[in-house]
Amino acid sequence: MLKIENLHARVAGKDILKGLSLTVNPGEVHAIMGPNGAGKSTLGNVLSGRDGYEVTAGSVTYDGIDLLALEPEARAAAGVFLAFQYPVEIPGVNNTYFLRAALNAQRKARGEKELDSMQFLKLVREKLKVMQISDELLHRAVNEGFSGGEKKRNEIFQMAVLEPKLAILDETDSGLDIDALKQVAQGVNALRSPERSFLVITHYQRLLDYIEPDFVHVLAGGRIVESGDKTLALKLEEHGYAWVREHGEPAGATA
Amino acid sequence: MSSATIDSTNTALRDNAGVAEALGRNYSAGFVTEIEMTGLPPGLDEETIRALSAIKREPEWMTEWRLAAYRHWLTMPQPDWAKLKMDAIDYQAISYYAAPKVAPKSLDEVDPALLETYEKLGVPLHERAALAGVAVDAVFDSVSVGTTFRKQLAEAGVIFCSMSEAIREHPELVQQYLGSVVPTGDNFFAALNSAVFSDGSFVFIPKGVRCPMELSTYFRINAQNTGQFERTLIVAEEGAHVSYLEGCTAPKRDENQLHAAVVELVALERAQIKYSTVQNWYPGDENGVGGIYNLVTKRGDCRGDDSKISWTQVETGSAITWKYPSVVLRGDRSVGEFHSVALTHHYQQADTGTKMIHIGKDTKSKIVSKGISAGKSNNSYRGLVKVEKGAERARNYTQCDSLLIGKKCGAHTFPYMEVKNPSAIVEHEATTSKISDDQLFYCRSRGIGEEDAVSMIVDGFCKQVFRELPMEFAVEAKKLLEVSLEGAIG
Ligand SMILES: Nc1ncnc2c1ncn2[C@@H]1O[C@H](COP(=O)(O)OP(=O)(O)O)[C@@H](O)[C@H]1O
Ligand SMILES: [Mg+2]
Repeated sequence: MLKIENLHARVAGKDILKGLSLTVNPGEVHAIMGPNGAGKSTLGNVLSGRDGYEVTAGSVTYDGIDLLALEPEARAAAGVFLAFQYPVEIPGVNNTYFLRAALNAQRKARGEKELDSMQFLKLVREKLKVMQISDELLHRAVNEGFSGGEKKRNEIFQMAVLEPKLAILDETDSGLDIDALKQVAQGVNALRSPERSFLVITHYQRLLDYIEPDFVHVLAGGRIVESGDKTLALKLEEHGYAWVREHGEPAGATA
Repeated sequence: MSSATIDSTNTALRDNAGVAEALGRNYSAGFVTEIEMTGLPPGLDEETIRALSAIKREPEWMTEWRLAAYRHWLTMPQPDWAKLKMDAIDYQAISYYAAPKVAPKSLDEVDPALLETYEKLGVPLHERAALAGVAVDAVFDSVSVGTTFRKQLAEAGVIFCSMSEAIREHPELVQQYLGSVVPTGDNFFAALNSAVFSDGSFVFIPKGVRCPMELSTYFRINAQNTGQFERTLIVAEEGAHVSYLEGCTAPKRDENQLHAAVVELVALERAQIKYSTVQNWYPGDENGVGGIYNLVTKRGDCRGDDSKISWTQVETGSAITWKYPSVVLRGDRSVGEFHSVALTHHYQQADTGTKMIHIGKDTKSKIVSKGISAGKSNNSYRGLVKVEKGAERARNYTQCDSLLIGKKCGAHTFPYMEVKNPSAIVEHEATTSKISDDQLFYCRSRGIGEEDAVSMIVDGFCKQVFRELPMEFAVEAKKLLEVSLEGAIG
């Protein structure tokens, strides 16, 4: 489903990713952990096609196509979703309206029929139930005046409605209290399916108590330095990232 | 604008998509109608004015009124605005009267080519075509070509007709109110308009009447080398309510054309007038060639206690816009509002804003101005809030937001305040923002293309103003912004 090979990326003249390789199969949940500044968000941004993130070497194949050749909106239509570490406010644009515009733009790009407002509302109602989000959020402008937790939950809600094939969650757990964290995790778990894959970027092991990953990778210095199952996350929790630097061998292309 | 009642439904809204479509991509209103025209040769002197007045079969007092304005105009210097770059206007090169050769007596006699023009613009003049009922008066170059729904309005006691007709049919009302809000010598362009105005709309809502439908005027400049000098007068008597909409287009031409209108609103005790404009005059091409000079004086007089006047405008057209719809808050507890979206692109220049003059006690005014600049355009807000000595506890709230798209455009804010009463509260807030890369990427990462993302963000920015527009106008305004912003990013 997703094959990243020897990815090098540069931001603002600085090399951030330096030979990152990773393979994700359908239905798998991969956790990416790493210290601040390791390049975790950079990976998410490169995969979603943000301007200013220059790929200098390597390749990303998604569903058999060259993902890096697509515009951001085309990647979204192809099923790639990024839950932002810092969701953006769009004043005056109604949250529901935004989401419907997004869904219909994607459907149109895929040659599917657009949803009318009744069909869309029905879909939204279903998803609201699963996500345990109050529909009051729907009537507000996109992320405007949302608390940190509300923004993160809104990201997951968007994901639920857009039903991506590859979801990248960038520190969706940061800034959440334990109840909100459980809700987010429950939302993600509800969306797990044999066809849908997740890249769960996190700084802490905590989230992985609730979203059980199939694989855990440690990203440091722009590459995956250690990969393992969920017990790796526990080891990290116990020993800290310094432990990886001392003990971990760069895992290279075998991740 | 064409087919929805005041309590318009979603059905009416959908039917109305045609209006916006008609305004179309890349200024599709830019076509020229081939029609036999008659008119006065270019040039301006007292003879021109007498001839104009004669063609219109005006009474003596009207001719004299025009001549007095003309003589005053001759003594006035053309204003010089620092922020506008404008070629000198040659007033002798303009034709002051152009009209379809055969003057229509009723809608059934209107030249089919004209009807077709308005159909193309999405303004069905035929009552049969106008499904549910916005009454429309259409001004084509210098004359009004037809007013719809006349009978229904007459039953309610509402007068809605062309200004020429009002001068002939309701001279006492015209004489009483014309020039009572904007005196002939008010400013250079108002004086010129008073001398040469050719037509416009007249609305009179008698005491206690709520106008049963939205009233609307559609202005179109068609002929070459003509100016359009329309004059609109709306009078709402005690307790009367009216909502009035105005739309404008012009063909594409390389030379600049002048549009110098005067609009006067009079609200007596407890009366309410809501005046909405969607202005889409030809803005000139992407190199700044051609386009309309839109130099307009609009003023409302809250003459009675507890009256209310609100201006809502969406300005996307014209090479140059110079316009400050104002409210004189004379009556105690009267309310003035101004909601504006002004968008400039390419080489357009807009200098617009409002004046709120507080005279009565406990008067309130609210100003919400949203300026959007793209390309190499310049967009200025210029506003005056004046509180006279006797205006106890007057209140004003002003909010001016500017949105910049690209790096070569400009936004400027000039708020003036003159407060002579210490109990007054005047508040002003201003923001300038850019469409951020973060916002664009956020939209795109959700599947929304760049241009759609821009118009969505702009639409959100304008929300406060669009909310004030009647539903079908809001849809049109939104579409207009989208069209006007094409190519603004990238
Ligand atoms: N847009 C940017 N401009 C400049 N530097 C950036 C930008 N994005 C990321 N960086 C730099 O790249 C490095 C990795 O950042 P990031 O990917 O956000 O790390 P993480 O998410 O793992 O904390 C940091 O040194 C950060 O300062
Ligand atoms: Mg990060």
